[in-house]
Amino acid sequence: MSNIFNSMLAWVDKRFPLSSNWKAHLSEYYAPKNFNFWYFFGSLALLVLVNQLLTGIFLTMNYKPDASQAFASVEYIMRDVDYGWLIRYMHSTGASMFFVVVYLHMFRGMMYGSYRKPRELLWLIGMVIFFVLMSLAFTGYILPWGQMSYWGAQVIVSMFGAIPSIGETLQQWLLGDFTLSDAALNRFFAYHVVTLPLVLLVLVFVHILALHETGSNNPDGIEIKENKNPETGIPVDGIPFHPYYSVKDIVGVVVFLIVFCGIIFFAPEMGGYFLEYNNFIPANTLQTPDHIAPVWYFTPYYSMLRAVTVNFLGIDAKLWGVILMAGSVVVFCFLPWLDRSPVKSIRYKGPYFKIALTLFVISFFVLGWLGTKSPTPLYTLLAQIFTVIYFAFFILMPWYSKIDKTKPEPKRLKE
Amino acid sequence: MADSFSINEEMSGRRKFLVAATSVAGGIAGAAIATPFLLSMMPSERAKAAGAPVEVDISKLEPGMLLMVEWRGKVVWILNRTPDMLESLAKVEGQLADPNSDKKQQPDYAKNRTRSIKPEILVAEGVCTHLGCSPVFRKDVAPADLGPDWLGGFFCPCHGSKFDLAGRVYKSVPAPTNMVVPPHVYLSDSRLLIGSESEGSA
Repeated sequence: MSNIFNSMLAWVDKRFPLSSNWKAHLSEYYAPKNFNFWYFFGSLALLVLVNQLLTGIFLTMNYKPDASQAFASVEYIMRDVDYGWLIRYMHSTGASMFFVVVYLHMFRGMMYGSYRKPRELLWLIGMVIFFVLMSLAFTGYILPWGQMSYWGAQVIVSMFGAIPSIGETLQQWLLGDFTLSDAALNRFFAYHVVTLPLVLLVLVFVHILALHETGSNNPDGIEIKENKNPETGIPVDGIPFHPYYSVKDIVGVVVFLIVFCGIIFFAPEMGGYFLEYNNFIPANTLQTPDHIAPVWYFTPYYSMLRAVTVNFLGIDAKLWGVILMAGSVVVFCFLPWLDRSPVKSIRYKGPYFKIALTLFVISFFVLGWLGTKSPTPLYTLLAQIFTVIYFAFFILMPWYSKIDKTKPEPKRLKE
Repeated sequence: MADSFSINEEMSGRRKFLVAATSVAGGIAGAAIATPFLLSMMPSERAKAAGAPVEVDISKLEPGMLLMVEWRGKVVWILNRTPDMLESLAKVEGQLADPNSDKKQQPDYAKNRTRSIKPEILVAEGVCTHLGCSPVFRKDVAPADLGPDWLGGFFCPCHGSKFDLAGRVYKSVPAPTNMVVPPHVYLSDSRLLIGSESEGSA
């Protein structure tokens, strides 16, 4: 039996690099031996991606991208299609969980300096994936054509109108009409189910290729490739991804799926954070809901959008808001060059970095919370203060990371 | 292998020219084929034709009442202002960003304190000039949430922008400009045409 298998494999290997790729990326891809809890989220993101693609395909079988039918078709999926509710809740919960795992994945990179040389490009590819993910979330949120779909899209598309001189034409080009209408719904559907998923798949593939070129970082932030066994050429602190981490990741998958199923079956709306109450009302083009807020994963940026209320440097408050909102996401791209610390990992960084990172996380959460609230003078002031802290984390980094009192890095990984 | 990516130093001038010329020609072809795809995303002929003017009968619009009509997919407000409301327009001018409507957000015939043709009737697009939400009509004077100085106006629930009863924007709010007054004309005393300035195109 094994002989037949081996000869079949040999036949394939002469025609397609199957065994060599299996070895290069799984059984002989050497990863640092000290991966901890934070290293689950990359593979979990892949799992959620597969969930979104599968459930998404089945949703398109019953959804209608037409302004007069979209809302009813989603209700039809929920009520009349067998297990339609389950597939839709898997998709809507998957969207929020995608951001949960991606935010934790990014935070892991910030803690252990995974963006530092030689992984700058890996980090940048990851940031592009994040932008595509945000676009996917936005276009997907429009599809049910409820009140929040409509007015959320109205706000986001209007931001392009804030760009001087070309803004209005750009907005009409995006919408395919003079207002948000059926034309926009139809094309956002095309982006959501064809364009963006294709781009995302290619980028994820490129992200993994780049990772396997540089090798994985680790909680100690030292390069295992600098200490290889002279006879085998294998890093002494490395272990093969398969079976060691493939099995470890399965444990992560099991725990994740327990949480995931718990949400789907017991709290699919998550108290209005995953699916907002106003989106159970069909879009009304004549009336904005009394309170509009984006889904939770966009609220920190949304807070910054509305934090600016005064014109300065000859730019009006509206454009400043848009610049800050875009800047708050793009600024992550500069991390590899902002961090001047001699060490990578938070384990060996000094108190300044730890304080800065803590303040950043606090400001991210406070801004996120403020983004779910109606604006009042006090909340606007708080949003302004925490916007400054948020950006200070990045802008002051070249300074505090350089003068910080670091500890010496070890030569070998700690257990 | 690595060398095949870099341009060979020994490449002759003629070959260099041919490579550059081919690249430019290819780039032009690429831009040319992208054009129809990009232009297909502009508003279609049907979308352009849908912007027909709307005729409204305002004979039953009582003072203090707001009427909403749809024009080009946007909400247009028609507000019949009471004498008190008209008086408030002068009182709030100190708090406004553009009290004289200097920015071109209205046709010339509406560039006045009431931003209207008939002083009492306001016709304005009910769209916040910040990010396109539709503000709420708050005619109550000095409500708890808007403060004692509030003499009535429009409040945007999305980002907290404030406008007076002529759609003029307050200072220090996210919205940059006054609300838009669409082109409109009175066909008779009680018949209003929105979206056109001449009776002929009705």
